[in-house]
Amino acid sequence: MAAPQAKADTLGPRLAALSAAPTKGWTATARADALARLTAMGLPGRRDEYWRYTRPDSLNAPAAEKSAIFKNEESPLFDAVDRLKIVFVDGVFSEAESDPLDVAGIKIERLAVAQGADIHWAQSLYGALEAAGQKPVLRPFAALNTAMATDGVLIHATGKAHRPVSLIYRHESETSDAVLHHVVKLDAGAELTVLENGPAAARFNKVMEVDVAEGARFHHIRAQGRDHERRAVTHIFARVAAEATFKSFTLTVNGRLTRNECVIDMVGDDAVAHVAGACMGDGDFHHDDTVFVTHGALNGESRQVFKKVLRNGATGVFQGKILVQPGAQKTDGYQISQSLLLDDDSQFLAKPELEIYADDVACSHGSTSGAIDETALYYLRSRGVPKKDAVDLLVMSFMAEALDEVEDESLREEIAERLRGWLVRRC
Amino acid sequence: MLEIKNLHVELEEGDKQILKGVDLTVEAGKVHAIMGPNGSGKSTLSYVLSGRDGYTVTDGSATLEGEDLLEMEPEERAAAGLFLAFQYPVEIPGVGNMTFLRTAVNAQRKARGEEELSAAEFLKVVREKAKTLKIDAEMLKRPVNVGFSGGEKKRNEILQMAMLEPKMCILDETDSGLDVDAMKLVADGVNALRSEGRGFLVITHYQRLLDHIKPDVVHIMANGRIIKTGGPELALEVENNGYADILAEVQ
Repeated sequence: MAAPQAKADTLGPRLAALSAAPTKGWTATARADALARLTAMGLPGRRDEYWRYTRPDSLNAPAAEKSAIFKNEESPLFDAVDRLKIVFVDGVFSEAESDPLDVAGIKIERLAVAQGADIHWAQSLYGALEAAGQKPVLRPFAALNTAMATDGVLIHATGKAHRPVSLIYRHESETSDAVLHHVVKLDAGAELTVLENGPAAARFNKVMEVDVAEGARFHHIRAQGRDHERRAVTHIFARVAAEATFKSFTLTVNGRLTRNECVIDMVGDDAVAHVAGACMGDGDFHHDDTVFVTHGALNGESRQVFKKVLRNGATGVFQGKILVQPGAQKTDGYQISQSLLLDDDSQFLAKPELEIYADDVACSHGSTSGAIDETALYYLRSRGVPKKDAVDLLVMSFMAEALDEVEDESLREEIAERLRGWLVRRC
Repeated sequence: MLEIKNLHVELEEGDKQILKGVDLTVEAGKVHAIMGPNGSGKSTLSYVLSGRDGYTVTDGSATLEGEDLLEMEPEERAAAGLFLAFQYPVEIPGVGNMTFLRTAVNAQRKARGEEELSAAEFLKVVREKAKTLKIDAEMLKRPVNVGFSGGEKKRNEILQMAMLEPKMCILDETDSGLDVDAMKLVADGVNALRSEGRGFLVITHYQRLLDHIKPDVVHIMANGRIIKTGGPELALEVENNGYADILAEVQ
């Protein structure tokens, strides 16, 4: 079915403003298919149920709105971690700042370089997981990404990676509009951690497709950068096979608009998938976590843990779904989304959903909005802790369940330290 | 040490008067006990002294070593040397007990213009004090009061008291929810802190706790006032005859 005229009208200028996609090489078919999907569905509009809480206008506009560069005085995140660094500046690969793409146990290539070939291992994944993730809900910016991505990394983990792969996104141009597409494939039993950090661009559209084969373990830890005016729409599409583990954690502080979608398909028995987020927003801040987890096999365990601390007119959105397919017995699904509203001006909009077609499952979901617990605040103050510090301690207490989803203790502490730093600076 | 004069307190919402003219002086080095039936205003007195929201002082005063407590924020009262051991210690998930203790100790030191304790110094002191209260390393690491038994929570309150070394300690029904052994452990902790420079106000329903923490003075509180004051024998009298006789006698 063709998109309504109004939607078709916005799509033309949007696409015209991006660099032309390659028409040759192994991605050409996937790109053409994605463009056809996108043309059929159109860009999101305010009447779309899935965009009810988040206005897509600034993502639909042909040009990115100007976004001031934030002067970050902190030491770079993950600096102490022994990792393979791959740096993109406003979506453009920076060879000078990146390490040689060489880590034992994995093979890494850049999309822009690899896509010239006729065949490639990533051909069966590029745009394929995204296409599968368009049902039952349309995700136009992901289709746009597959069609128009200018670069990205293709990571194939054949064994245990000795170092994490660290994607660093710098933002230097006030009007940059970056579109990156990553494909990550873990062979059976492989292990890989991918770190991502940085504001990336004035407007950033990113897709990461992750295929986790039997018994493999994938960890993803992301921090979206502190630029106040940046906008981002990101998608993760993951396919998790039997006894495999997928874990993703995202830290977001600042940013005018962030929409993080995560679509996880648990296709094998005994699979584990966790997706979590901790976000702090102040003022002109809109943060949307949209998650869709499908249990399609036996004995799967999924967790969605999202915490948002909002103040000064900030808005938080959570749309999370657990879908349990017929036959996905013994599913253990957990979903929690909570906001801590530090004043009366901020708001949290949540739409938790469960859809279950199996009869022997345990699924729970909870969503709350609340203020600082006055009794706890009094308790801390009665011990001599000044009010501001006591509030900060309670904010960290609120965030704890999400932070606990970061398995690696030193990374978890580093993320916590960033949150504490933000609380002290208040920006 | 602690001087309360003609203290009148209402609930902020509902205009209900709870304290109707409390007069009480606790001298340094002394242990005073307050006993009284439910609803007499004992816990309210402890909350008002420590600065909990929700109460309005309509008349009277409360000072600690001459300083006006009622004008201070809760954290300033703590830094001035006041400590309240809660009847229901609050659980704070995600904040380690040790972090909490160190934050509190250093905040108070800072407020008093003293140097903050280093991590190593702090650890040494806390381990020593925890040991006497039978609080192990695991309990120190756990989030504040989360998953603690009733006894562990009360021991944790006493540990905080020992670390903060207040001048004036108020214990709000510290014996509630404790078995005999736990009560003895808590009482030993309190007794270890008794000193010439420190005052105690022990709020309790039962005489039992006062077998372990021997008071110098016992007050009976009813209907928002101290209605009778005496020595330790007054607690025994309550234990044997209940409050009815005393209430009748006063009326």
